Amino acid sequence: MTPPLLSLSGIAKRYGATRALDGVDLALHPGRIHAVLGENGAGKSSLIKCMAGVVQPDAGTMTLDGTPVRFADPAAANAAGIVCVFQELSLIPDLSVADNILAADPPRRFGLIDRREQRHRAEELLARAGAEDIHPLALVRDLPLSRRQLVEIAKALGRRPRLLILDEATSALTARDVASVFRVLKDLRRQGLALVFISHRMGEIAELADDCSVFRNGRNVATFPAGTRSDGEVVEMMIGRDYSHAYPAKPPPVPEATPPALAVRDLGWGDRLHGLSFAVRPGEVVGLGGLDGQGQRELLLALFGVLRGTSGEVRVDGRPVALASPADAKAARNGIALIPEDRKTEGLMLPMSVRENLSFASLGRVSRGGVIDRGAERRAVDEMVQLLAIKAADLDVPVASLSGGNQQKVVLAKWLMTRPRIVLLADPTRGIDVGTKAEIYRLLRRLADEGAAVLLYSTDYAELIGCCDRVLVLYGGRIVRELAGDAITERALVASALNMNGAEAA
Amino acid sequence: MSDWRFHLRDAKGTLSAAAVFVLLFALYTLNHPAGFSANVVQTAANKGVLLAFVAVGQTFVVLTAGIDLSVGAIFILANCLASVLVTGTPAHVALGLAAVLAAGLACGLANGALVVYGRLQPIVATIASGAIYFGLALWLRPEPGGDVDSTLADALTGQLAGGLPASVLVLAAVLLLVWVPFRRSLLGRAVYAVGSAEASAYLSGLPIRRARLLAYALAGLFSALGGLMLAFFTYSGEASATNASTYTLDSIAAIVIGGVSLFGGAGSAVGAVFGALIFRTINDLLFVFDLDPLWQPLFLGLVLLGAVSLGSLRLLRLKNRLELFGS
Repeated sequence: MTPPLLSLSGIAKRYGATRALDGVDLALHPGRIHAVLGENGAGKSSLIKCMAGVVQPDAGTMTLDGTPVRFADPAAANAAGIVCVFQELSLIPDLSVADNILAADPPRRFGLIDRREQRHRAEELLARAGAEDIHPLALVRDLPLSRRQLVEIAKALGRRPRLLILDEATSALTARDVASVFRVLKDLRRQGLALVFISHRMGEIAELADDCSVFRNGRNVATFPAGTRSDGEVVEMMIGRDYSHAYPAKPPPVPEATPPALAVRDLGWGDRLHGLSFAVRPGEVVGLGGLDGQGQRELLLALFGVLRGTSGEVRVDGRPVALASPADAKAARNGIALIPEDRKTEGLMLPMSVRENLSFASLGRVSRGGVIDRGAERRAVDEMVQLLAIKAADLDVPVASLSGGNQQKVVLAKWLMTRPRIVLLADPTRGIDVGTKAEIYRLLRRLADEGAAVLLYSTDYAELIGCCDRVLVLYGGRIVRELAGDAITERALVASALNMNGAEAA
Repeated sequence: MSDWRFHLRDAKGTLSAAAVFVLLFALYTLNHPAGFSANVVQTAANKGVLLAFVAVGQTFVVLTAGIDLSVGAIFILANCLASVLVTGTPAHVALGLAAVLAAGLACGLANGALVVYGRLQPIVATIASGAIYFGLALWLRPEPGGDVDSTLADALTGQLAGGLPASVLVLAAVLLLVWVPFRRSLLGRAVYAVGSAEASAYLSGLPIRRARLLAYALAGLFSALGGLMLAFFTYSGEASATNASTYTLDSIAAIVIGGVSLFGGAGSAVGAVFGALIFRTINDLLFVFDLDPLWQPLFLGLVLLGAVSLGSLRLLRLKNRLELFGS
């Protein structure tokens, strides 16, 4: 094998009392894709941040082409050819796509930005990333998440990387976009780049990786050629637990005759939702499937009173309701809860304490005459922390200091405290480690067993197959297929997501 | 989609401010006893240009999602400094001009350093520094006075051939020399990026510290240009506390009218110039319509509220309530 392009030895990084990286050794070779796996909090993000110059390691050495290097900031790492596609997108919403792609190093003439040349290069790079449909003059703020991710990749390509790091860079992409991104990555590998690929999707890793490293508790516990360990073994290394228990067993189907907790008839909204009719009965977990951006999010928002100007009828426990706001939706008479998609902006007040975050949605329950009853609040919060096994040093620390998985548990707990009878979830396990995922699956099933109606939108087909009693597949804002029981298979989900048998519903 | 739609979207705030200004100014001159004459235009231009300079200065800082409450004080300090230095032989005058502008730049840089290296909040840092700058002005000019070179002053505030006010030409020339290259430079882009999403700008490897420093420095420079023009109009300097605070607040009103977002990341200096001209024209309209001076501040406040609300009209059309909260 060729000598490594970048090698790390004994890299350590602490944040306060937390040891994020603890003596990491890693060698990255040109012309190979190196997958890094691990639960959230295993040290993957810190590893990337050290390599990309976002933070500086406390100990250890990094050598590039055999010479020791140290990066003061991301610009320095870029200059050395190390480019990172961050999970938290690094795009600037008020600038155009072309401005973003060539943000730090636009083509210049006489010191001034040459817009014509910039646009030309942006178009080229978008094409290379398989995103010709994005107009280079569009503002990034006007693009959906999946398009932004492609812009982010185009931007990384524009920096002529020698080492390209992708941190969950495909998490919001549709299957078709993933395929075209993978073609790009394989091309880059042929051209001799070193690539680091981080993903929670085992299928993607199997398709792409040449080498794998598994991280646990800030250490690199194993590095091995891809394909030499089974998925089960890899997951075992990550969590030291048995993978087969990831999905709880499904109970027998809820009888058809049970009156639904949530019944929707002919729901529409602008040009995004069309004539949606379905019902969710107490005790059921119903999935929303399909390609990303087919109206799943809008449907959940509509049911939570966020959208204005919806048409059609929504019944809760048989009663027609007009949901005018989230406050209305969560009121005791409706009992609806929405676990939102983006926990950092829609789910949590990051600088506030874990305790305050937990009780936000149920302040009405724990206060009397407008004054919060601290005792009642504490009891309710403690109950939830135990129920969900939230790991926090102290309930008074800012929720921002928790790991991603624990943050998501706080969002869930916050809504469970309102004792909802209808639980809506928007991709609740995105970017979350395997262990926490399994806990969330068990929790959903338990909620259903206790009589809640659960509506789960997920971009992960395995999750829909593993968790749901029924799955509604959306395409273009319409339900094109309903799958139930053993009929929920990957083949059926993919086929109906692409609307290959959609004639019956169109 | 074709390109012009995107270009139109970028220029929307500026174009609508320009249109509103033309409309209001037409209304003003139609009702002015002297009508649309070179002298009316010159007087209006001279008042408008003062605020326009300060507003353009404020624009740079607001683009970074900051705010500069010392622009009025720098404006007054430059005015007082000019009344002392811009006099005497042509060489003295030239040196004086350079010194006034350098002082404005230095004041702005100091603000920038407080915000960037001192990590102070812009509001607090510039309230404090503004008080210092005003103190300096008062020390320079305890009593109004001075003797600014009148040849230069008359040339820059008079009329050119065809009745074009010279002050407008000065403003246009400065914008051409500073704003156009700024908009097309990497640092200029970084200023927008910092105001739009600072963390993303940092991760993109943009020079965010230099961008902030530049924004505050340019705010100081433009405020000083405004102060210099004031000295040319009055041939003197005056450490007026009222003027200092009025110009600071009016600059913010002007940029909002001109379509600059107080959240940072969006807007243009040209829009800010039209915002300033609109703000001044409204003042003049109140005068020609003979509104009781007692009601003028109230009316101006209503106009400002109205302008801001116009910018928020689109919120009524939002069908997804989450978008009310920005992205």
